[in-house]
Amino acid sequence: MFNDAILKSEEKAVFALRSIYTRFGYSRFKMNKFEEYDLYSKMKDSLISDGVITFTDTNGKLLALKPDVTLSIIKNSTDKKGVVQKLYYDESVYRVSGSSKTFKEITQTGLEVLGDISLYDVSEVLILALKSLETISEDFILDIAHASLFCELLRVCELSDTTHLQVIEAIKRKSRDAVYSLQKSGEISESAADITTKLIANYKDLKALNAAFCDIKDDKVQAALAEMLELVKIASELGFSDKLNIDFSIVNASGYYSGVVFKGYIKGIPTEVLSGGRYDKLMKKMGKSSGAVGFAVYLDSLQGLSAAQSDYDYDFVLLTDDGCDPCDVLEQVETLSSNGSSVAVFRNIPEGVRYRNIIKMTANGLEA
Amino acid sequence: MEFLNIALPKGRLGEKVYDMFERSGFPCPSIKEPNRKLIFENGEVGVRYFWVKPSDVAIYVERGAADIGVAGKDILLEYEPDIYELLDLDLGKCVMAVAAKVDFRDDQSKTLRVATKFSNIAKKYYSEKCRDIDIIHLNGSIEIAPILGLSDVIVDIVETGKTLKENDLESKETIVPISARLISNKTAYKFKQSKIDSITAALAELVRAKND
Repeated sequence: MFNDAILKSEEKAVFALRSIYTRFGYSRFKMNKFEEYDLYSKMKDSLISDGVITFTDTNGKLLALKPDVTLSIIKNSTDKKGVVQKLYYDESVYRVSGSSKTFKEITQTGLEVLGDISLYDVSEVLILALKSLETISEDFILDIAHASLFCELLRVCELSDTTHLQVIEAIKRKSRDAVYSLQKSGEISESAADITTKLIANYKDLKALNAAFCDIKDDKVQAALAEMLELVKIASELGFSDKLNIDFSIVNASGYYSGVVFKGYIKGIPTEVLSGGRYDKLMKKMGKSSGAVGFAVYLDSLQGLSAAQSDYDYDFVLLTDDGCDPCDVLEQVETLSSNGSSVAVFRNIPEGVRYRNIIKMTANGLEA
Repeated sequence: MEFLNIALPKGRLGEKVYDMFERSGFPCPSIKEPNRKLIFENGEVGVRYFWVKPSDVAIYVERGAADIGVAGKDILLEYEPDIYELLDLDLGKCVMAVAAKVDFRDDQSKTLRVATKFSNIAKKYYSEKCRDIDIIHLNGSIEIAPILGLSDVIVDIVETGKTLKENDLESKETIVPISARLISNKTAYKFKQSKIDSITAALAELVRAKND
């Protein structure tokens, strides 16, 4: 029996998300906190975090505290034609955090579909990402892009290795000035600058996205564009059109994703709270022939959504002395807390404690 | 009305930046009153300005305490905050440069001792050149390091070159041009895009008019 008021935003979210994922047929994948370091040393390029916490097990094997859940799930997946595995997880990972550059424990919940992926599977994951955000707050936006469309558009730009990285950085930072200065210095062509500027802009609907890229005569670009348009259409038809924002600045250079990518934002939380996409490239790197799509929700970031801090630590402080019968004290605690109030029993009130009411109790019972 | 929170860098650059915001149609007259207040609001146009230390603007914006702000490119390159860099305001122009004593000769057979406030920028610059360096992180008066033999060169911001000249130093290599940039928190940009875009467009117009 839970009192909803005592659950924090992130705790409520875990229960709500588990319920959604279970309803859609996802089964829970419970994993060990440790993984052999070997897995990460081979896949360094695919890790979000720069560092991994390692330690030596009693048998001399080098182990790591998991910096990532997806790699462990992929490792345990099997390739079977026509079959998909649908899993969700609720785990802690250990990563170097962006701003403090120190290790942090991050609580994640998320889901993965692995195997012979169809358009339905990708659409389902996209819709579940939207539903996950909707569960947390009604003020949310899902940025959506397509890694393959992004890569093919940059291929059309015919960039050198150096300018390729500079262009990706400019798109990530939405810096039109950086594109302009690359064009001005002759490092990229006018048409490349035009495509890059279009990748910096964001689009609210299918029409705008199609209008931006439909005139690029390249089969691979058009195939990727068609797939992205189809996914945006499905999400729009299911009532999420005003929650979608087509934005290519979310595509990174890690080579992790191969198709649709998305990131979720909630008003009032300064960083993304959800991140995911289709990652067939990562599957291939790990020796798997099938595809995969999934996302993670960063539950720690939801702490900012918690209700305003209470003015009091306890509703009641029950001040007792050594003569009080423990059974009488416990009985009083039960009575006072029966309506959900918090009751703390002290013999002396600790410094700094704030309470709404104080009741004194002696061997003779409650004092007036 | 929902306010747009704007972090401005304290000091002369900040005053010039505020002047641009004012001319773009987002004034806040109380900011010019002589007092020690740090936060100023104008409900009519829905803006709230606050003065913060220039090197802290990016932190306020990255962490969402400010929706947008103005920070030097030097700070953005050094700390690499996860933000959008929407516009080069063409203010506070200078360069990040390698400087050394006028008679300095680079001995490539030795590790180069580099004194700087900008360790990240210096490390990246020399790593691209495959040069082995010893970073000496200082917090101020960087110019004194090569004079006292603490370092071979310095990596620092050079505006006019006057301080270097007065200390018998000169700029040897330019790393990157620096200027003030309009930056935005990523989440704030999703939810307040039309207002942020209209401020960006108005400021861009001022920059264009200045350069024409």
